[in-house]
Parts: sequence; structure tokens; C-alpha cells
Amino acid sequence: MRRWLPFPLVAAALLAMWLLLNESVSPGAILLGGMASLGACLVLVALDPPKGRFRRLRVVLGLAVKVLAEIIRSNNAVARLILRPGERQRRSGFVLIPLDMRNPYGLAALACIVTATPGTVWVEYDSTRSTMLLHVLDLIDEAQWRQIIKDHYERPLMEVFE
Amino acid sequence: MTQAAELPAWAALLAALLLLLGAGLTLTGALGLLRLGTFYERVHAPTLGTTLGIGCVLLASMLFFSVLQTRPVLHEVLIAVFMVVTTPVTMMLLTRAALYRDRREGNDAVPPAPSAIGAARPEG
Amino acid sequence: MSAALLGWSVLLAQLMLGLAMACAAFRVLRGPRAQDRVLALDTLYVTAAVLLLVFGIRTGSTLYFEAALVITLLGFVSTAALAKFLMRGEVIE
Repeated sequence: MRRWLPFPLVAAALLAMWLLLNESVSPGAILLGGMASLGACLVLVALDPPKGRFRRLRVVLGLAVKVLAEIIRSNNAVARLILRPGERQRRSGFVLIPLDMRNPYGLAALACIVTATPGTVWVEYDSTRSTMLLHVLDLIDEAQWRQIIKDHYERPLMEVFE
Repeated sequence: MTQAAELPAWAALLAALLLLLGAGLTLTGALGLLRLGTFYERVHAPTLGTTLGIGCVLLASMLFFSVLQTRPVLHEVLIAVFMVVTTPVTMMLLTRAALYRDRREGNDAVPPAPSAIGAARPEG
Repeated sequence: MSAALLGWSVLLAQLMLGLAMACAAFRVLRGPRAQDRVLALDTLYVTAAVLLLVFGIRTGSTLYFEAALVITLLGFVSTAALAKFLMRGEVIE
């Protein structure tokens, strides 16, 4: 099983992509897509990516809902900031946040979540001190941002990936 | 707009609303590119268009073609997935490139490199 | 009635997206620094993809979808390459 299907999640995602591109679920499309995704997974074995684990689907779903709500909320907030007439007192700046998470996949997911949310951009990660640098458009309280990142995103991601 | 006449009213209204919302958010993001003062502020602006902006237009497109062809047309999901995966990567690469350039020029407005080794390291 | 409303919304959306592309193009020309231009170019790509999707709704053809998909993929690759170039001065090392 492990030998023929080394990355079941990747294979399933590739098959889904193939079916969406072809816009059909006919047996031929499934067969061809299955073969293509299996071949791609065998190539992935040769690349030898670092081992990762992915579990607790319920946490993942909860996190996805939370991220979507946060994206909608901050879209509204950033649009207001841009459209507000005239300059006003707004401070944007960098925040240094210490992280407990070490897993590369978890860190990548955290980076994508933070950057996809308008108003915050992940700038860099220092692996020797395990701190991340965050840029915030409307920075009011630095301690509050540390709390938000740790509680809302880092803890569920650690449950999923570590 | 020849096909739009065959669309039921609720679908046409919903699609119109989603289209206007998506285009408006994308325009707001582009305006932010003009209005905001520094590069690090401007980097936040296009995110409006790449998250909800394109998301709303994709939803409108899915709704329009699904109702029109009376079968689920879902391939727009692919664009959404690609955007979700690729946009953060480009934004991060670009921000890091800007930070690297600013640090190399000794710009005071950016935080210093985490460690001297980290700054001099060829890969990063 | 609702069809006319959708038609007008599509037109308005196209106008707004065109204006957004003009803003991004202005930032590409204006700069001031290379990273600003690359950021604006990336915005230009994404807006073009959105505009193509709206064109698809206007004409009722799904052909535009493929074009939008290709634009988003090419935009990603080119922006990543340009960012890499800004950092190192060369794309492939």
C-alpha cells in the first residue's frame, strides 16, 4: 500500500484537479487522471520531501472557517482604511513574534494564512531563534498581535501538523 | 449578453451583486497601490483583489454558468485554489526582496537583520 | 429586467476593473523602486485574470476560463522570478 500509494493526499488532490480541468467524471477521465497522479507521486518519492503528518480534520475545518471569517473582516477593514479621505493617524510597523512551532509544513501554512489575510504580511522567519517578523498595516497594540497569532493560528496548526 | 435573458431573476441578481462586489474590492486594492505611502504599506493593498475580489467574481462565474447550463460548473475552483496557494508565496518573496534591498542600503526604517550570520548567509 | 441589470453590472464591473488596471499601470510607470513596480505588475496580472472572467460571463463562453487560468499561473511564475532577481541579481543560481 505504502509502496504503490506513497502520498495518498497528494494523489487525491492531483486526481481532483485533473477531473476539474476535464470537467468530467467519466471512467476514462478517472483512469487517466489516476495514472497521471500516481506517476506524479512516484516522481515526488524521488524528490524525497521532508516527512510530515496531517491529522484532525475537525481542527482543520474549524481553522478554515475562522480564516475565511478573518479574511472577510479584514477585507472590510483594509478597504475602509484605503478609501477614507485624507491622511489620518495610522501607524504601520513590524512585529517580532516568537513561535513554538518547528514543523516546516506548519510554518508554511501559517505564512500562507497570515499573508492571505489583508492587513498582515509574513516577512521572514529566523530558524536559529525561531521568531517570525510580521508587518501590520494598522498597528495598534503589538502584544495583541502576538496573542492573536499564537492563539488563533499557531495552536490549531500545531495540533494538525505536529 | 444574449444568454442572460434565460437566467432566473434570483441568479441574475446574485451574480450582479457578486460581480460588483468583486470588481469594487479589486479597484479598492489598486487604489491602495496609489494612495499608501511606503512599499511595506502598499504590499497589503493588492491582497484585497487576490482574496475576496477574485473570489466573488469566481463565485459569480460559477453561479452564472451552473444555472445557465443546468449542471454544476466547478472548474473555477481551480483558479481559486491556485490563487490561494500562489499569492502568499509571491507576496512573501517580494517583501523579503524589498527588506533585503533596504537592509543592504542601510535604510533605517526597517528592522535590522536577526543576526549577522543570518544576513550574510547566501541562502535565506 | 434582471437580465438588463446583470448586463449593466457586467459593464460597470468591466469599467472598475479597467480603472484598477490603470492604477496598477500608473504604479508600474511611477515606481519609485523596483519592488513597487513588480508589486504593481503582479496586481496587473490578477486584475487581467478577473477581467477575463467577467468577459466570460458577458459572452457566455467558458473559453475565457482557460485564458484566466494561464494568466494566473504565468503571473505567479514571473513575479516569483522577478522577486528572486531583485534579491540576488540573477534568476537561476
